[in-house]
Amino acid sequence: MGVEVKVEGLTKSFGRQVIWEDVTLTLPKGEISVLLGPSGTGKSVFLKHLIGLLRPDRGHVYIEGHDVPNVSERHLYEVRKMFGVLFQDGALFGSMSIYDNVAFPLREHTKKGETEIRGIVMEKLELTGLLGAEEKLPGEISGGMRKRAGLARALVLNPEILLFDEPDSGLDPVRTAYLNQLIVDLNQQIQATMLIVTHDVNTARTVPDNIGLLYRRHLAMFGPREMLLSSQEPVVRQFLNARRQGPIGMAEEKDAAELEAEKEEGEEIPPLPPIPPQILPTDGRMRPTQRPPGEWLREHDITPPAGSFDGVGYAPRSGGRPAQRERVSAEGDGVRALRTTPARRPAPSATAEAAPRKRAATTGKKATASQAATDAPAKKTVRRAAGTRSTSTGGTGRRRSS
Amino acid sequence: MSSVGVAAPFRSSGSFFAMCLDTFVAFGRSIRHLRFQWREMLEQAWFIASVTILPTALVSIPFGAVIALQIGNLARQVGAQSFTGSASVLAILREAAPIVCALLISGAGGSAICADLGSRKIRDEIDAMEVLGISPIERLVVPRVAASMIVAVLLNGLVSVVGVIGGYIFNVMLQHGTPGAYIQSFTALAQLPDLYVGEVKALLFGAMAALVASYKGLNPKGGPKGVGDAVNQSVIISFMLLFVINFVITQVYFTLVPPKFG
Repeated sequence: MGVEVKVEGLTKSFGRQVIWEDVTLTLPKGEISVLLGPSGTGKSVFLKHLIGLLRPDRGHVYIEGHDVPNVSERHLYEVRKMFGVLFQDGALFGSMSIYDNVAFPLREHTKKGETEIRGIVMEKLELTGLLGAEEKLPGEISGGMRKRAGLARALVLNPEILLFDEPDSGLDPVRTAYLNQLIVDLNQQIQATMLIVTHDVNTARTVPDNIGLLYRRHLAMFGPREMLLSSQEPVVRQFLNARRQGPIGMAEEKDAAELEAEKEEGEEIPPLPPIPPQILPTDGRMRPTQRPPGEWLREHDITPPAGSFDGVGYAPRSGGRPAQRERVSAEGDGVRALRTTPARRPAPSATAEAAPRKRAATTGKKATASQAATDAPAKKTVRRAAGTRSTSTGGTGRRRSS
Repeated sequence: MSSVGVAAPFRSSGSFFAMCLDTFVAFGRSIRHLRFQWREMLEQAWFIASVTILPTALVSIPFGAVIALQIGNLARQVGAQSFTGSASVLAILREAAPIVCALLISGAGGSAICADLGSRKIRDEIDAMEVLGISPIERLVVPRVAASMIVAVLLNGLVSVVGVIGGYIFNVMLQHGTPGAYIQSFTALAQLPDLYVGEVKALLFGAMAALVASYKGLNPKGGPKGVGDAVNQSVIISFMLLFVINFVITQVYFTLVPPKFG
């Protein structure tokens, strides 16, 4: 289950307004990815390109050998059957009950009898916690329930690719946590390739295997979560830590003068917060596509900020259910989840210690700027590594020798 | 998709015609694969009929009366009172009935279709349907167009009858025409093809009103306000198209069917 989605050089503009240019990324088969970006950067528009609801100006979206923007209409419907999409407000059919909404794809696309359909629908409704609400109309239930009903409907045809358009917008933190857990559990069960579009930083830090960031009309970075969470790239850093300090301003990006003024005022960018552990499925076992915590960092000789992966022991093989003790975020944010046990320091990675070689940063336009701005507490060494899996356009870290 | 400047109107009329073709193709396909949405069509037909029957009847009585008055006076001026009945039947069957019925179908039915589809579009329902692998054209537009055509044809019959009766009453009662002369002259100038062309017009007007409403409803420009604008535009555009189509059909009709000389 699960198929790879390969996006190449995707460019879209509405009239003269360029939404984003030259977006290239690969959603790895069966993994959870998150696409982040400040509001209005065309995240939902990107989603609609994957399903062929919008056509790009240039570029390709390859799914199982089909190029979505250029596929014939008949094939497009075939490709779309691989997708399950959760739209922002659930996008339920207003004239049908929840039950009929969830049964709709089955009645349209399969020759199953009503009893069989009933079984499947009830199973999905139970999974999303909607038993008892099946006869209600979408207008009669809360926004959170509409979202879950939309998810149930997206699931009935056993999709290979699941897209979530802001699953956490308009939900309270508890419901968001449940929904995130549900997404992780689903990935374990059906191993669909998942893409979550959101601007919720907490979701982005704890749920996905890969993170992408849309910013300033291009894809700033896309890669494994540990790459972005340890990244010193100013934009990535600012967004993933929900800071004011950085290139993103209130209205649009700040201009150079503003950034300069910020620097002169001595607004020091705080050090990177620890990398939180990923949410594990409810049974506490790792998902098949999940990589052990710290693996990517070790492969690239990067020491994560202190306190990272707290609770998982920072070891590849770990049982337990650390997700309950995860730290939501850390220093400077003012938001800190209660921890029930004293923090265990991660064992320092041997490879990171024994890596005195100096490697030139290969990419990252703002690499030097970020290093200049952020090399103050250079006790720990975080080195930049070029993204390996999929594509990455940047990613900087503090040099060891700074 | 740089719909800027001169190209924009051509682009949108082009995509409108593309949608019309898609609709006819989808209509044929849904009939062939036995998945035509009968239920949806009947519901829509019932809905359109329920919002149009009463206003249509109420409009067609004074409309028939006005035509009767005008023709009655004109006929007296030129000394052709004996053809009053015939002339008013011609006017109602060929022109008045289809146009009244098209105005009401697009004003009452079309605006409702446009608002319905538009609000579904901005709630992402249409996108969700496409993602579920179901063509909104086949599922939503085809039954609406079919319903609108059926209702238009039936409504045209209603308007014709009510209009002719209204004309008769006004001619006989207000203009002191003789009932016998009015009724007897019916067939003097009018012929059966006049009824057919009226029904063909109604059929096409019904299709046009529903197609324009669907097109505008499926392509609103941003947000709830866009839906309101789309409804407004759909009514205006279908009114304008109505008179263009009417002219073309009338011209073709007179070329194909020579007028009868009593």
